[in-house]
Amino acid sequence: MTDISHEKSLVDSAPIARRSRARRWLSHLEGPQTFGSGIAFWTIFVLVVAAACAYPFFADGWTVGNAAYFLVWTFMAMGLSVIWGYAGALSFGQTAFFGLAGYAYGVLTINVGETYGFTFIALVIAVALAGVFAAVLGYFMFYGRIRGVFIGIVTLSVTLVFETFMAQTAGPQWAIGSARLNGFNGMTGMPPLTVPWFGGDIALWPDRPLYYVLLALTVIVYLGLRMLLNSRFGNVLVAIRENPERAEMLGYDIRLYQLLAFVVGGALAGLSGVLYTAWGQYITPNSMGLTAAALPVVWVAVGGRRDITATLIGTLLVLSLFQTLTIYGSQYALVAMGALLVLIVLLAPEGIVLGFANLVDRLTKRRGA
Amino acid sequence: MTILKTEKLKKSFGGVHVARDIDFTLEKGEMHCLIGPNGAGKSSFFRLILGEHRPDGGKILFMDEDITDARSFARIRKGISVKFQVPGIFKALSVHQNLTIAFQNHLHGHDLEATIARVLDFVSLADVATEPAGALSHGQQQWLEIGMAVGVEPKLLLLDEPTAGMSPDETHKTGEMLHELNAQGITILAVEHDMAFVEQIASRVTVLHFGAIFAQGTVSDIIAHQGVAEIYLGGGHGG
Repeated sequence: MTDISHEKSLVDSAPIARRSRARRWLSHLEGPQTFGSGIAFWTIFVLVVAAACAYPFFADGWTVGNAAYFLVWTFMAMGLSVIWGYAGALSFGQTAFFGLAGYAYGVLTINVGETYGFTFIALVIAVALAGVFAAVLGYFMFYGRIRGVFIGIVTLSVTLVFETFMAQTAGPQWAIGSARLNGFNGMTGMPPLTVPWFGGDIALWPDRPLYYVLLALTVIVYLGLRMLLNSRFGNVLVAIRENPERAEMLGYDIRLYQLLAFVVGGALAGLSGVLYTAWGQYITPNSMGLTAAALPVVWVAVGGRRDITATLIGTLLVLSLFQTLTIYGSQYALVAMGALLVLIVLLAPEGIVLGFANLVDRLTKRRGA
Repeated sequence: MTILKTEKLKKSFGGVHVARDIDFTLEKGEMHCLIGPNGAGKSSFFRLILGEHRPDGGKILFMDEDITDARSFARIRKGISVKFQVPGIFKALSVHQNLTIAFQNHLHGHDLEATIARVLDFVSLADVATEPAGALSHGQQQWLEIGMAVGVEPKLLLLDEPTAGMSPDETHKTGEMLHELNAQGITILAVEHDMAFVEQIASRVTVLHFGAIFAQGTVSDIIAHQGVAEIYLGGGHGG
């Protein structure tokens, strides 16, 4: 008797298996906590990424470097969306982690240099430092039962203390190794991110190579956060945001979940801080001041804090608007940002991008019904 | 077997004593109601059991384990489940999401979905599974919370006025649900004002008054108790 179980099937099942594997992967990226699902959404996503990849071929180096500058901030915005939009705790001091990591990158690379890919090791150390600091601060806040608006007050106070401290480090005694902190003028002279390569290191100046690295990082972080927010962890975060007492009475240690969300957000703000410092080779105490602390709140609120996609799109839109206003309107740009925040809070509290996306979704469903 | 026991449980806020040396015992499989006039300390007693208030003295034992110092979430993980007086649901999330969040600590994959389907059927919410929980009627929101509380098969279910704001039909249906859950082995302790509902569900009743146990017994014992009628029922029981 012939055993047919090992014979090759006449029907090739590989494409079907590949399709179901792809669907399983997609299922991790989709869910009730994030906008967008299905083949149409992911087709648009691929097209947008492809367009972003093609963009440097149609723009000059300065403009591409400027686009890279916009991408630098998206990590801090997405981190704030996790803490504020998903976990319901408004942090007004993400810039503390931004500044801490930025200065850490400067101190490390000025002292050690950029060879053997150390700039990337410094990036990891600085981001980890921001994460650890977020863990310590978050522990005292969440395990100390600080809630609501007081989280904003504590985090804002921390970033302002950092700014004030760094601003008075102008004297020569304020140096770590050969890295001068330099007070209000800020720290300069750190190298850009540098890739070790055969025949000579490649320094990622604010041009095409840095743009591609940042674009890749943005896509990775965005997709990673979609997976995280649609996991059990993300479910618990939105449960805490909606009704913390009920979440605890379902057996969740809500302090731990809030702390973890805060660490994720702090580390992402730290990533922005390092990339900003590497992008411009400088960092100043201003980056932790009141204005700097308020801007991420505006970006995230305008896009729609409760959705990571809306936050990402909104941040890029507001940043480009802000830069245009700064070029033509100088200090009035900040007044416009403040006015924008007030208008959003009053007229579209869910955010412009998320509100628009929900409207399109409703209209599509109505037409389909 | 005793499932819940309190020994000399004490709590006061300022000069107000909400629990005065409460010695309370709940046997496994009971359907027990806590009644008492407003301010008697019923909700405070619940909050002490749940760990939302720390007692000033005394002990709380669950399945013979001292949980007096355990945090709320840790007590829930040991098998206590709760339904609040004001529906404690996640109003912006769908009914399905509410149940997912309630059960995901214990169940995964197909088991999770099968349990959600079973509970949706049990609480008659299968048709509105994708609706936001906040869009449900008050009675449906109460049922959703009961579903969230029982899907993980707790050992003890605490209900704080489970029929508050319900129509007579909804109240009766809730009573039937609780009997079914009790038959499945879940011990139930409920704070309730509606004496008709207490008569429908309770095997034993405890009357609290000024933070202390005033009387205990079957429903008919309590109704016949002259002192209870004076402090709580206003001279008679009207249902």
